[in-house]
Amino acid sequence: MAKVKGTIVVDKEKCKGCGLCVVACPQDVIELAKEVNGKGYNFAYMAKPDLCIGCANCAQVCPDSIITVYQTKI
Amino acid sequence: MADIDIIKDENIVYKKSKVLTDNVMHYCPGCSHGVVHKLIAEVIEEMGIQDKTIGVSPVGCSVFAYNYLDIDWQEAAHGRAPALATATKRLMPDKYVFTYQGDGDLASIGAAEIIHACNRGENITVIFINNGIYGMTGGQMAPTTLVGMKTATTPYGRDVELNGYPLKMTELVAQLPGTCYVTRQSVHTPATVRKCKKAIRKAFENQDKKIGTSFVEVTSTCNSGWKIPPVEANNWMVDHMFKFYKQGDLKDSEKDNPDDYKKFIE
Repeated sequence: MAKVKGTIVVDKEKCKGCGLCVVACPQDVIELAKEVNGKGYNFAYMAKPDLCIGCANCAQVCPDSIITVYQTKI
Repeated sequence: MADIDIIKDENIVYKKSKVLTDNVMHYCPGCSHGVVHKLIAEVIEEMGIQDKTIGVSPVGCSVFAYNYLDIDWQEAAHGRAPALATATKRLMPDKYVFTYQGDGDLASIGAAEIIHACNRGENITVIFINNGIYGMTGGQMAPTTLVGMKTATTPYGRDVELNGYPLKMTELVAQLPGTCYVTRQSVHTPATVRKCKKAIRKAFENQDKKIGTSFVEVTSTCNSGWKIPPVEANNWMVDHMFKFYKQGDLKDSEKDNPDDYKKFIE
């Protein structure tokens, strides 16, 4: 079991669905949604929230700075 | 979901820098400009110089950089950002002055300005975004376009006999005695993003030491201009751009000439 647990909050309406966070995630947590946001982009979301370790890789490569990362010890 | 327990202010490990405004960036999805804006904002926030920084924005996609970074800005004529930054820095030596330029601005129309600003050794920071294409105007050939690369104006690929060779601005600038720190970075993976941030931070800190121009090239993608999706554009950049534009520090006075460097600081 992981010793840390993380989660991300994506600003859905600002996401442009470029998918850079999807390939940056070492745990393959993030995927692009099948639904679209107000602009018509497939926004990023946590497909496997249990695996997130809060490493903040996704937030660092996000060009639009819309990902906030939280991490806690369990 | 159990995540609700984690989403508390004390658990935040990464959030948007306060120097960035809340405006939605006009850049295309996956554009490297956004990452570099973010890194500059983070460096400014960490150094606590938000009220002492003056940016000079260029002509190109990043012309609207003043909408996204909450600092003082000037808008230069096409390619003339280093000239304007020179004036700003000389009039206000205690401010941190940087230019943010693309390859059409810096390598093409502004080639004279950047070379002379670097040769004079102005104490400014230059952030150079090199994506090998004119992104804003629709993907025409830039001086930095690779040989054989297809653009709107070279549909059969860049031909050396007709269009000449790609221009390595960073190598040109590294030869000049006025520059103190010349490096080429990229922002396609989390590791390179962190390295690029260190380079930008160093380039800003060099302004305190008054040792010359700091020049940071960021090899970037233009997925709209290259007409490939963002993730594939990053891979294309690694496979093709990196062969010609070698990554890493080209010049670092601190390491290369420690004696001269000490003299400068004293």
